Amino acid sequence: MTWLPADTSIVLSGALCALACSVPGTLLVLRKMSMMGDAISHTVLPGLAAAFLVTQTRAPLPMFLGAAAIGLVTALLVQWVRDLSRTDGGTAMGIVFTALFALGLVLLRLPAIEHVDLDPSCVLYGAVETAAIDPTTVFGVEMPRAALINGIMFAVNLAVLLLCFKEFRISAFDPALATTVGINATLMHYILMTMTAVTTVAAFETVGSILVIAMLIVPPAAAYLLTDRFGVMFILAGVIGAASAAGGHIAAIVVPEWLGVGDTVTSGMMAVAAGAFFTLAWLGSPRHGVISRLILRWRLSLRVMREDILGIAYRAQEQEGPATLPPVAATDAIARLRRLRPIIARFALTLLRRRGLVRGPLEQLALTDRGRAEAARLVRSHRLWETYFSHQFPTLPADHLHAPAEVLEHLTDDAMRDRLGERTSEPSVDPHGRAIPGASSGES
Amino acid sequence: MSRLSQAALPSAAPSGRGPEHSPSAPVSIHDLTVAYHRKPVLWDVDLDVPQGRLVGIIGPNGAGKSTLIKAALDLVPCVSGEVLIYGLPFRQQRRLVAYVPQRESVDWDFPISAVEVVMMGRYGMMGWFRPPTRAHRRAAVEALERVGMADFADRQISTLSGGQQQRIFLARALAQEAQIYFMDEPFASVDAATERAIIAVLTELKDAGRTVLVVHHDLQTVSRYFDHVIMLNMRVVAHGPTREVFTEENLARTYGGRLTLLSEAAEALAREGRAV
Repeated sequence: MTWLPADTSIVLSGALCALACSVPGTLLVLRKMSMMGDAISHTVLPGLAAAFLVTQTRAPLPMFLGAAAIGLVTALLVQWVRDLSRTDGGTAMGIVFTALFALGLVLLRLPAIEHVDLDPSCVLYGAVETAAIDPTTVFGVEMPRAALINGIMFAVNLAVLLLCFKEFRISAFDPALATTVGINATLMHYILMTMTAVTTVAAFETVGSILVIAMLIVPPAAAYLLTDRFGVMFILAGVIGAASAAGGHIAAIVVPEWLGVGDTVTSGMMAVAAGAFFTLAWLGSPRHGVISRLILRWRLSLRVMREDILGIAYRAQEQEGPATLPPVAATDAIARLRRLRPIIARFALTLLRRRGLVRGPLEQLALTDRGRAEAARLVRSHRLWETYFSHQFPTLPADHLHAPAEVLEHLTDDAMRDRLGERTSEPSVDPHGRAIPGASSGES
Repeated sequence: MSRLSQAALPSAAPSGRGPEHSPSAPVSIHDLTVAYHRKPVLWDVDLDVPQGRLVGIIGPNGAGKSTLIKAALDLVPCVSGEVLIYGLPFRQQRRLVAYVPQRESVDWDFPISAVEVVMMGRYGMMGWFRPPTRAHRRAAVEALERVGMADFADRQISTLSGGQQQRIFLARALAQEAQIYFMDEPFASVDAATERAIIAVLTELKDAGRTVLVVHHDLQTVSRYFDHVIMLNMRVVAHGPTREVFTEENLARTYGGRLTLLSEAAEALAREGRAV
């Protein structure tokens, strides 16, 4: 892989575009209006065509004004279609944006426009490669035009966000309250729609109108999984977006070589990279991630298994007396657990031995004094729950008491167990006539 | 009490009762009618809420209880009539009013901490573009202390229980330091401890001369909690001190399901309206 100055320009342009998109994108994701970004990114097309028809130039200012206007029109039309017909918001968006987008494509075929270089395929897919090379000079510094436009866009979005930080926050979280305290949530909505439309136009040349939705939505969605803080989400969305731009471009250079295909589009790879970052966030997020949830579940299974083994050993000893070791019933029951969940059962046994709660090999498994005290607490919880249920639901058959108690014994802490003892007036035997270990549960 | 008996009549004709309204009433509702998609939800509501009372708004589902609050707060358009806050439209009196919406009305997965939610109660005092100051933060923490949630200030709100979330909403209303508090079902699916905590705070507010209006569902607790009730079923069935108004007869009329002439007319209007 060879890195040319042009590559730096492309990554710079893409990263600034992603940063610019991350501001309205984060707000759209938080307001659960991601598809509005999709809609507006399509409807800017007729806005641009109309702006050109009126002004006969492709200068940036008329283009941005056209985009801002069409952004508002889109938002208003969606609102009207939803309110005045019986359609929901998603359907209303689908109607408005496809109609306007198609109208834009038709406008592009008008003779007055056709000779102009408003190429539909460039609009759809972007041309970061050419846009980034196309240089422009600002204050004597030569830089890629796409980087300049997206950089300005980012600066403007950031300024609006910082200025209206609390207004955006309250309008996104609780628009009704915002309105009652005098912050116009509707106005904030239209500011966001305008920001989305204008940012989309800036991003047009870089990533195209189809892929701008990826930059608007995917990095903020990944950030949403990673943080519980409003401000941090903006920062993470920007960082992930910029990383997607860099990663996407590198992939666009490297992947075709691996696959032996001719060429690929950088903007497409940027979207793929953003998707990859989202997948990583989905897997690895500390609180909402798949992996952390798996670990949590596995630890719970492990604890339940440990407690079940203790309970089995305790009950076996109870039946056969402490003198008879090894308790045959316990060996059987634990072996059954090991067949059902071999890895967890083995790990649980190892942990129990290491903590000094049981000793000896499986065939001669014996509770230590500490293990018996721990097991007694569990069995006490179990039997108190059975007693409690038999009091609460006198018509429940005795064989229905075990299953819920088996679940709840693992969730009962000391305080709950004490309350349970009080509520059932400290019985000495459970509904099946088995002894309930004492409240002190230290009997060794 | 002539107005009371008049309002209790099932077919009281809408008429201007302007002179009977007091300009000093915290909430004064004048001939209010609200409709969603041509279907009337509130019909000719006309009453004054007295100062310093804990007022329960009760009625069956769809009776327009939440709509009454929202109309008072300018959140839904009124077909006719108006709501005055101490004699002036709500727009001019925002600072005097605090609002607790239904708990389900917001997304509790929103990336925000408890104290930041409470701080929102003070956004109206800050002015546009101004960030919260340390004094606002202190006020937010004090509001959290009053509802016993100070230890949870920095917790993300989805990690809180339903009762704790409701207390956060109450703290946010307290942070608004208002004269009038509108609360939409603050007791809906909260634990007993939270219910006690909330009613204690509401009673404190009342004793401090504030006016508190609460949309309420549990008829068992109405006479214990509220010294004033508005019994609503699209129109005001009865309104006044709980001891006088909260009677078997009025309850039957509020919840009876018996169609009054007006609600029948409303149904017909909605049907016709759709056909046109």
